[in-house]
Amino acid sequence: MILNMGPQHPSTHGVLRVALELDGETVVKAVPDLGYLHTGIEKSCEHKTYSQAITLTDRMDYLNPLGNNLVYCLAVEKLLGLEIPKRAQYIRVMMVELQRISSHLVWLGTHAIDMGAMSVFLYCFREREEILKIFERFAGQRMMTSYIRIGGVALEPPAGWREMVSRFLKMMPSRVDDYETLLTENRIWLARLQNVGKIKLEDAIAYSMTGPTLRAAGLAHDNRKFFPYCSYEEFKFDVPTRTDSDCYGRYMIRVAEIRESLKIVAQAMAKITDQGAVRAEAPGIIPPEREKMKTEMEALIYHFKIFTEGFSPPPGDAYVAIESPRGELGCYIVSDGSPKPLRCHFRSPSFINLQALPRIIEGQLLADVIACIGTIDIVLGDVDR
Amino acid sequence: MAESGSQNADVVAEHLRKWNAKSVAEVIEFHGETTLVVPRELLRDTAEFCRTNLEFNFLSDATSVDRFPVEPRFELNYHLVSIPKKSKIRLRTRVSGADPVVDSLVPVWPGAGWLEREIFDLMGIRFNGHPDLRRILLPDDWEGYPLRRDYPTEGFRDIPATFLPGFKKQ
Repeated sequence: MILNMGPQHPSTHGVLRVALELDGETVVKAVPDLGYLHTGIEKSCEHKTYSQAITLTDRMDYLNPLGNNLVYCLAVEKLLGLEIPKRAQYIRVMMVELQRISSHLVWLGTHAIDMGAMSVFLYCFREREEILKIFERFAGQRMMTSYIRIGGVALEPPAGWREMVSRFLKMMPSRVDDYETLLTENRIWLARLQNVGKIKLEDAIAYSMTGPTLRAAGLAHDNRKFFPYCSYEEFKFDVPTRTDSDCYGRYMIRVAEIRESLKIVAQAMAKITDQGAVRAEAPGIIPPEREKMKTEMEALIYHFKIFTEGFSPPPGDAYVAIESPRGELGCYIVSDGSPKPLRCHFRSPSFINLQALPRIIEGQLLADVIACIGTIDIVLGDVDR
Repeated sequence: MAESGSQNADVVAEHLRKWNAKSVAEVIEFHGETTLVVPRELLRDTAEFCRTNLEFNFLSDATSVDRFPVEPRFELNYHLVSIPKKSKIRLRTRVSGADPVVDSLVPVWPGAGWLEREIFDLMGIRFNGHPDLRRILLPDDWEGYPLRRDYPTEGFRDIPATFLPGFKKQ
């Protein structure tokens, strides 16, 4: 029997369609069909100036907008050869790790709902709300923050941010314990996830899988450790790995990652000084401060130039990869010396991890397909771009 | 800023040249990233050599660039990562607009499958030996390749006929 799962199936978390060939309840063949959410972001980036394109990157992986901003800005900064002040780097790290926690919370909540555990969803979203409130204070926006900009971050941290983040850090560990109490040894949870959706390590590497799926297969590959960016080499944290490589392993990895991210946020908070620049000093590339524009002619000219014409990085190309909650998020930018990029490509982890889906679900039961799609953790905005 | 850890790039180029003198046509260094330009005919063999002999076991990304109207207009970039050696390298092949065909790297890394489908879908480069070369993001009946530089950002459908090239005013 041929069965169409999606594109409106709630457990595909968006608009993924999978054509399944079934023998009884066993999946014989699976063919994913995507593109329902394709918005041509890469093409649009080519027709915007370098700073304008930041808002587009927010909208790719909508559970990780800050990570998308970061990878794009790192790539442009590499083209320009810009050095970012340490304080701005630490703020970036803190924000991106908070984003990782919020993304994993959405994953955990929605995946639990797929498996029939309604209450976990409500708890996870309650904590995610706290993170979104922090983002709102920092950037004025809850989701599409565009907070990370070329050369640093958009704004000085708001008054009272330390208390806000500390309160969250104090509350969160016990909340993670709560989720684990509800799920980790829950019999239904174990029965639905253990020994389901296995993939061998060689296959995971051959299919270019990254993120928790690869780490659950037994390889501690994490761009934050391997190719550190934003001063990640100064932070102490572990890269959790497991060897069971099933849906349950991926769940355990993500829960452990939430705890590791909390550690990183605490360290970053201690490193962020109260005074200091949040943007690099680069006239003509980074918009001048408002106060300066009222007194200095050059500042006014630069402001006008940046917002009408943009800036032109030297011709060349740069590829930057960061560790997003879903795996390696890369950005490849080619400049031809004009104020708009010649090419802007995003290596989206969801797209590439999804490729291995047929490999994982063929031979499994139909009900397990949902567990497998869930634990690969795809965001369709990221898959289709 | 993160450097890409390509300190052994010269060694890689040397190994490749020892294996086949024609394999590396050019070595480009830019911002700490190394690009090896490989002739189109040798792409698959070079990739295979990189994977089996030089431990570049992970294909991180594959993408294409259109430099229209320069010829050869297309550039294919494969970003390779060696997980054991913690290094990165980029293989590049240039392809002309008249005959945009290269050998597929799916036999080397199965993960290249969807990346090459995406390139085919959006830029119209064909891959020899790809097991399933279909459009992936756009509908099957889409005409043209939107990521090409001569394809308007607004698409063709919404442009009034008077703006289309070749249209003569009455």
